[in-house]
Amino acid sequence: MALARRSSNLLKPLSTASSSSFLHRRPFSTDDTTTITVETSVPFTGHNCEPPSRSVDTTPKELMSFFTDMALMRRMEIAADSLYKSKLIRGFCHLYDGQEAVCIGMEAAITKKDCIITAYRDHCIFLGRGGTLLESFAELMGRQAGCSRGKGGSMHFYKKDACFFGGHGIVGAQVPLGCGLAFAQKYRKEDHVTFAMYGDGAANQGQLFEALNMAALWDLPAILVCENNHYGMGTAEWRAAKSPAYYKRGDYVPGLKVDGMDAFAVKQACKFAKEHALKNGPIILEMDTYRYHGHSMSDPGSTYRTRDEISGVRQERDPIERLRKLILAHDLATEKELKDIEKQARKEVDEAIAQAKESPMPDESELFTNVYRKGFGVESFGADRKELRATLP
Amino acid sequence: MERDVRVCVMGEDVGHYGGSYKVTKGLAEKYGDLRVLDTPIAENSFTGMGIGAAMTGLRPIIEGMNMGFLLLAFNQISNNCGMLHYTSGGQFKIPVVIRGPGGVGRQLGAEHSQRLESYFQSIPGIQMVACSTPYNAKGLMKAAIRSDNPVILFEHVLLYNLKERIPDEEYVLNLEEAEMVRPGEHVTILTYSRMRYHVMQAAKTLVNKGYDPEVIDIRSLKPFDLYTIGNSIKKTHRVLIVEECMRTGGIGASLTAAITENFHDYLDAPIMCLSSQDVPTPYAGTLEEWTVVQPPQIVAAVEQLCR
Repeated sequence: MALARRSSNLLKPLSTASSSSFLHRRPFSTDDTTTITVETSVPFTGHNCEPPSRSVDTTPKELMSFFTDMALMRRMEIAADSLYKSKLIRGFCHLYDGQEAVCIGMEAAITKKDCIITAYRDHCIFLGRGGTLLESFAELMGRQAGCSRGKGGSMHFYKKDACFFGGHGIVGAQVPLGCGLAFAQKYRKEDHVTFAMYGDGAANQGQLFEALNMAALWDLPAILVCENNHYGMGTAEWRAAKSPAYYKRGDYVPGLKVDGMDAFAVKQACKFAKEHALKNGPIILEMDTYRYHGHSMSDPGSTYRTRDEISGVRQERDPIERLRKLILAHDLATEKELKDIEKQARKEVDEAIAQAKESPMPDESELFTNVYRKGFGVESFGADRKELRATLP
Repeated sequence: MERDVRVCVMGEDVGHYGGSYKVTKGLAEKYGDLRVLDTPIAENSFTGMGIGAAMTGLRPIIEGMNMGFLLLAFNQISNNCGMLHYTSGGQFKIPVVIRGPGGVGRQLGAEHSQRLESYFQSIPGIQMVACSTPYNAKGLMKAAIRSDNPVILFEHVLLYNLKERIPDEEYVLNLEEAEMVRPGEHVTILTYSRMRYHVMQAAKTLVNKGYDPEVIDIRSLKPFDLYTIGNSIKKTHRVLIVEECMRTGGIGASLTAAITENFHDYLDAPIMCLSSQDVPTPYAGTLEEWTVVQPPQIVAAVEQLCR
């Protein structure tokens, strides 16, 4: 990528970048807020809308923070893999490595007052919303320090104060919930939007179309984000969907197809979508992304796709590698500094795991807490004036 | 709705049409289309929408035009409505009220005459109440709206036309409390919803025959008001459950188990449970009558119990 000089803007696609095209280093400190213009890897494809431009403005600070955050997320997922294999995490564990660019790019475009709701591949999105590594690992291991007090597990991460609504196990059920969040935002006349995320497998659920119809009918600020990693568990998208162009499925609802491995493309698309949703109602974003792990930890991930395919994507489209090349090309950091960041991420993750292991299992009394909210119903009053209270056996 | 701006209604034909049983008549004119939302026919999704809105703090009342249609929304009711408070470790509360008419009507056919109390009763995290009179309908509805728990309010198709003088003022009834309809000495008859009227009819006959039944409208289907029920059993030592629910796995079956577990020592006779037959409700009038429990059957059961 060429630097944005004041005189000319030479923008080349990333794949042709080479460090020999630069004549001298321009050291930027990571706190520098000069604008760098980056071009997305592929142009956006729009359906019923004018796609946004390929040029995305960013700053060195943002680039470095993207890299750091993505490295942390990648490390967390790999660590969760080994924790699962050593039986500290049980049940279902769906890992997000490969797809980090989607949540990083999204967070960069929105505020913590915009709502996000997703399915069960939620660890990194939780982190992106401000969740800590300790809360993550403790929840995965079922400990008290977890974000849901150990009672939710891998598929039920929530963070109410950051408007992260989880964390849902049943495929597709979170999309009507997401439209409900958007409904509440419209009801309260807020200036925020809701991102309801789902996968290519869930895209075939009927409730999505029902929810989309209602969102479009009432102009709800809902953005439906399809994280298309091309496999619904073991079924490739072409075997499950007659038309895998998920961004076109809205028909009258506009859609945008985005390269989900490019954090800047995601950021641009989400910004565009937020503006659109606040004015015109729902929009569908299809993020073309990929997961390196299988569907979950019980799936090796290689029975329905070849290892060559996985390593091919890892070589050509990995989001962290793309950022690394960008950073090196702009001379924002050296190779060694980037390696140090990754080492630091590893260290943080290891520390969090150690801390999480020390957290105790939930107390027995927790079995019955939070089933109902503050006990039962209301005291009776009024014309009857009776104050009988029922007690459970 | 006047008291709390967060309360809203959503359902099919609740707004401009006024509700298929006129329950929400006049509300849309007063509060607008967004607060009284006419939804398309998408039960699963609008129930999900209501639950999502509740997660942010709104208090929606979701109407199923007929309780049977809520089967389509079962996933949302069970997994999201009932469980979110628990799986989020207490972060989110779901103060929804899911209501609608159910029960056997006048020859409405099998699919529109379903009794779904039994299907919902195992869902952890929800409360179920059944109203039976205009008085308790108002009180229970207000209580359900004010409750921070998800409440399923079972109404009955044939009870919408009842007229009764009720206080104009605000009153709220306890959601977990049963109602003593007629105190007595010989036998405890537990019932709810429309069967209350059949029981009261039978009670007249029983009184003429010299029996003194105690009739309790249990109202709270989940959890059971074992306090009131227990006190009654300790007095009469005989129990008859009369319900409109299906026999297999119905409310009566659960109630029988609960009573046996807790009050076995106080029983002089095995618990009798009269429920409707395990059949889809037929269309023909005579067959439909035989599907539900009728007063003569109640009288016969009491006589057998008190022998």
